[in-house]
Amino acid sequence: MLVGYFTERPYQDPESGFFGATGRSIQDLTLSNADYDSKLGADLYNRYLDEKVYCEEVGFDAIMFNEHHSTPFCMGGVMNVEAAIVAKTTSKVKIVLNGNILPIWDDPLWLAETLATIDMISRGRLVTGWVRGGGRESVAHNAQPPFNWERFQEAHDLVVAAWTRPGPFRWEGEHYDYRYVNPWMRPYQQDPYPLMMVPGIISRNTVAWAARHKYPYVMLSTRLEPTKASFDYYREVAREEGYEAGPEHIGYLWKVHVDETEELAYETGRKFLEGPGNIFLEGSRGVVSPVLQNLPGLTDRNNLLPTGQLGFLASSRGLDQEAAAKSSRARAAQTRAKAVRGAPKATAAPAAPAGPRAGIQAATAASYDEQLANYTITTGTPKTVLPKIRHVLETLRPGSVFFWDGDGAMTHDDTMRSLRLFGSEVLPAVKEMADELGLVGPFERNPMTAPSIAPTKRAAKAPARAKRAPAKR
Amino acid sequence: MTTHTAPKAHTVELAGGEIHILEAGSGPPLLVLHHSTGALGWRPLHEKLAETNRVILPDMPGYSRSTLPEWARDPRDLAILMLQLLRKQGLRDVTLVGLGFGGFVAAEMATMNSDLIGRLVLVGAPGIKPPEGEILDQMLIDHGDYMRMGFRDEKTFQKFFPDLENSDVRSLWEFNRVMTARVCWKPYMFNRRLPPLLPGVEIPTLLVWGEKDRVVPMSIGREYARLLPNAKIEIVKSAGHLVDYEEPEKLARLIQSHAR
Repeated sequence: MLVGYFTERPYQDPESGFFGATGRSIQDLTLSNADYDSKLGADLYNRYLDEKVYCEEVGFDAIMFNEHHSTPFCMGGVMNVEAAIVAKTTSKVKIVLNGNILPIWDDPLWLAETLATIDMISRGRLVTGWVRGGGRESVAHNAQPPFNWERFQEAHDLVVAAWTRPGPFRWEGEHYDYRYVNPWMRPYQQDPYPLMMVPGIISRNTVAWAARHKYPYVMLSTRLEPTKASFDYYREVAREEGYEAGPEHIGYLWKVHVDETEELAYETGRKFLEGPGNIFLEGSRGVVSPVLQNLPGLTDRNNLLPTGQLGFLASSRGLDQEAAAKSSRARAAQTRAKAVRGAPKATAAPAAPAGPRAGIQAATAASYDEQLANYTITTGTPKTVLPKIRHVLETLRPGSVFFWDGDGAMTHDDTMRSLRLFGSEVLPAVKEMADELGLVGPFERNPMTAPSIAPTKRAAKAPARAKRAPAKR
Repeated sequence: MTTHTAPKAHTVELAGGEIHILEAGSGPPLLVLHHSTGALGWRPLHEKLAETNRVILPDMPGYSRSTLPEWARDPRDLAILMLQLLRKQGLRDVTLVGLGFGGFVAAEMATMNSDLIGRLVLVGAPGIKPPEGEILDQMLIDHGDYMRMGFRDEKTFQKFFPDLENSDVRSLWEFNRVMTARVCWKPYMFNRRLPPLLPGVEIPTLLVWGEKDRVVPMSIGREYARLLPNAKIEIVKSAGHLVDYEEPEKLARLIQSHAR
């Protein structure tokens, strides 16, 4: 099993440990960076990088970074710079980027060069994940939402080509054009290229795409039952593609805080939901903007995972729950036809707000205790967290796990206590559990070379990647 | 009193897709291009215009019932398709009326120096970077709120859409926004390559702006008036951006006095 550590690197106010010290609500894309203190930023970047180095010392296999833009809940706006630094300041851990937001890159060849450089400096420790980004990211870097999915796929194909195909060659795609692809750097890992991961929460398209490429799919802090159903969907696509997906194809990230006493663990764990935590999380104090999460054409609302159909997620992404549940294109077409037949009738009195804006309160309503009960947050002493971790591992059977800690309003001391206990008592036991349960990680069994279960059928079929790879460029 | 005539619906094959058209009336042809929110069927403005003209109301490509052209990336692409529609329908000397975003497309059509367009009417049309103010960005607000801002005030909006949250029209606007985002995401609702071409457009042009337009600044109307050699501007005092909803009769009279 691959065991990693993750934090969003929140921008914390030093006085209270709560970003709310400004007295303003944390609504997505409503905060001005006039409030940004770069001396505080300097302290925090250095703190988070130091904690990453400590993760290696205590025995984590991987440190995971993520990227968001124009928001205080994640300082990783330029995740690749952080990755480049730890490439030099660590020596063993895998550097997992979950992930670069492909559609917002206008020049993915530059991204391919950046990542290849990180892979070389780290001597082959890069794991490069890809995400589509939310509305916030599309707005912050002004990438057209209707082309988000197309650009995701084409940018990926271009990066793979730049890493695997001897140059120079031309790339003339739908969204990217290059007359000279021949980067004078290639990844350290060349068999065939660094492991790619796909983290996500909501889109069936993305899960299917990951399964077709045999890339591990990492569910991000979603509830256990729908997460399990989403993994089942991955396995279903894998079977259609002619292979059996194993634990090496499945990853899960969730919030785990370990502390010296049960009381301290409980009280510190509460800080996950305080301060500038990720506004998509249940119980967070942030307020999501349904408009930004529902940009035109960003997510096909008829293509949601079971996790995306959960009320809190659907509404926190600004999606109408009914639309999420009734995935019928025909219905959408009928509605459209009905709407254009004539002007709306002036009949009923103005209705109370419903639709996409309703349910935002519900989105943040799940209490800390409810989350402890449904396993999206786990806290305790090493002795008491281990059975809970075991329950998650048995339920989901992931080959990669990422423990999400040190977030929200947690201080450096909170984080370091937890990391120390992880190292001395939790990680060795988790490794034993994983071995006992047969949870093989992606570095123990290469997910890309999963054996075929129907050789004849598969031979007749072109490999998934070749389907989209441009013929001759 | 004119007899109320239901419009005829038909489709035209264009660039591998279908264009859905509503049509009624007889006389000189008059093409109406809808707002970015789409045409909500046959409305009082069309009814009034059909008393004097043959009124043709297409759903532009990618809007409402017309096929989405996957390749289109620019309002200019829609302009080319709409000129192809005129030629295919054998229409000449057309009075071209563009409402809001439809006016942007109409202005692009006019720069192509087609002899198919006899008169041009732009109503609250974007297309030019506003010398003063900003065009209201529908991508950053709820699409119901965007429509709300189209009216002169809340009361008028409520008169037209009293139960918006439960209305199917919301899903239509949401659907149509996707096409707008495909062709108009950036720059938002203008084209830097349009103003330099406008002095070459000799078509007699009527510019109509609602005095209380909160969506497209009137500075754009004045810029069109400055750049187009044969243009005049009319301000409708009682209207916001959606002059066609709020003052259909006044707008119809202005168009009819300018039209062929």
